[in-house]
Amino acid sequence: MLAATAGHPGFLSPTGVEIAFVLVGIVTLGAAFITVTTRQLVHAALWLVVALGGLAVEYLLLTAEFIAWVQVLIYVGSIVVLLLFGLMLTRAPIGHSPDADSGNRWIALGVAGASAIALVWVVVDAFRTTWIDLDGPAQGSTDATGAFLFRHWVLPFEALSVLLLAALVGAIVLSRKDREDKS
Amino acid sequence: MNDVLDVALRLLIVFAVFMVVPLVVGQAEHKVMAHMQGRLGPMYAGGFHGWAQLVADGVKFVQKEDVVPAEADRRIFQLAPAVALLPYLLVIVAIPIGPGEGAVGQVVDAGIFFVLAVMGVGVLGSLMAGWASANKFSLLGGLRTAAQLLAYELPMLLAAASVAMAAGTVSLPGILDAFEWWWLPWQIVGALVFFVAGLAELQRPPFDMPVADSEIIFGAYTEYTGLRFALFLLAEYAGIVVLCALTTVLFLGGWHGPLGDDGLGWVWTLLKTGVLAFVVIWLRVTYPRLREDQLQKLAWTTLIPLALAQIALTGIVKVAIN
Repeated sequence: MLAATAGHPGFLSPTGVEIAFVLVGIVTLGAAFITVTTRQLVHAALWLVVALGGLAVEYLLLTAEFIAWVQVLIYVGSIVVLLLFGLMLTRAPIGHSPDADSGNRWIALGVAGASAIALVWVVVDAFRTTWIDLDGPAQGSTDATGAFLFRHWVLPFEALSVLLLAALVGAIVLSRKDREDKS
Repeated sequence: MNDVLDVALRLLIVFAVFMVVPLVVGQAEHKVMAHMQGRLGPMYAGGFHGWAQLVADGVKFVQKEDVVPAEADRRIFQLAPAVALLPYLLVIVAIPIGPGEGAVGQVVDAGIFFVLAVMGVGVLGSLMAGWASANKFSLLGGLRTAAQLLAYELPMLLAAASVAMAAGTVSLPGILDAFEWWWLPWQIVGALVFFVAGLAELQRPPFDMPVADSEIIFGAYTEYTGLRFALFLLAEYAGIVVLCALTTVLFLGGWHGPLGDDGLGWVWTLLKTGVLAFVVIWLRVTYPRLREDQLQKLAWTTLIPLALAQIALTGIVKVAIN
């Protein structure tokens, strides 16, 4: 985002925040790994909470407070609740659920690896050695995020909302279709 | 060193508030319900209105055996009460009770989002309890909890967004600084929506379908005993305190009052919170439980349109006065 360069502190002699960032990152990655490898469905959903929460902490460490709380609100508070709701409605036994394995493990691994490489590549290439000045005014505060979003990125923002609206309408149409067929 | 001391002191005070105020609300509920229903309840322990019964109850809970059902998912079953309770402790840190930085545990820049986000996490505790108990009543309770949360999260957020628009900030102390008395009639619809949605999120009567004792025993908490059960109860009372304090801060002007704003602001906050908590208890005694379909209908066809109308009104007035 709005990362003003504040000199170049170098990679050696990291600060406390940087160490915390790396540690939380490792925890997040570990939780994400367990999410996709555990054989217990509901445990996977709960590890997802840890992974998404870890991501929120990373945002916080990068001073993006607003993004962090929205992350918790939307992902932990709503998406995971929706996931758990779905799991409870279908079959989520306590203990292993071997029939939940679809056999696409290796393809999924390939897709996940490819997208991870692409994302890391893009982010590293875009930011390189940009450093956020953590001591100055918060660059990810609600104020800064809002101004940035609605001044520079307002068109993509609106396009996204139209896209989401279309998805919403599509979901309603799909879920209503069956009833009309029967009648 | 002074900073460390300051932070430690603040955390200590927040923790003390967290331990004391929910218990006071719990005791008030027992007494208010008793008097409204024309019965006395335990009156002797400790003397005045049997206040020490609360302590005795606590001792009883601690002494009870902590049972985990054989078929349950042990770790999740045992973790669930903590997940349900701790978010409220975190929320109390961000709620200002008086003017200035001295009267809030920690000033959070995106306060509204912090508070609502963390409150939403608490519901995961009920879901975990419902699933891990390996009991069909618990599972039904968990399902109802999730359905209720999904329905009522949206109106609550929209109502809070309306206040944020009015104040031009999402920080809780910032909203209080911007407060004027005429916000009260201006935001009254939002206030009602927020309070009702909050009640539903806490599963308080008349929205207590997830724990409906006549149908599914005690919903997600059916299998819990002893201290863990007490923690769930404590989470409910802490939830009432948080909801009432938030409604006070967002819609009723918090520490603003007819007189004595500067020195006695915290008295106003506590007074308004207390009155709202009384209303919560009052509703429990007066209204019958809503059925599941009535519950969903209220959220989707009444509260959300009302909240949207409130946002439109806020926007129009805001543009007009600028």
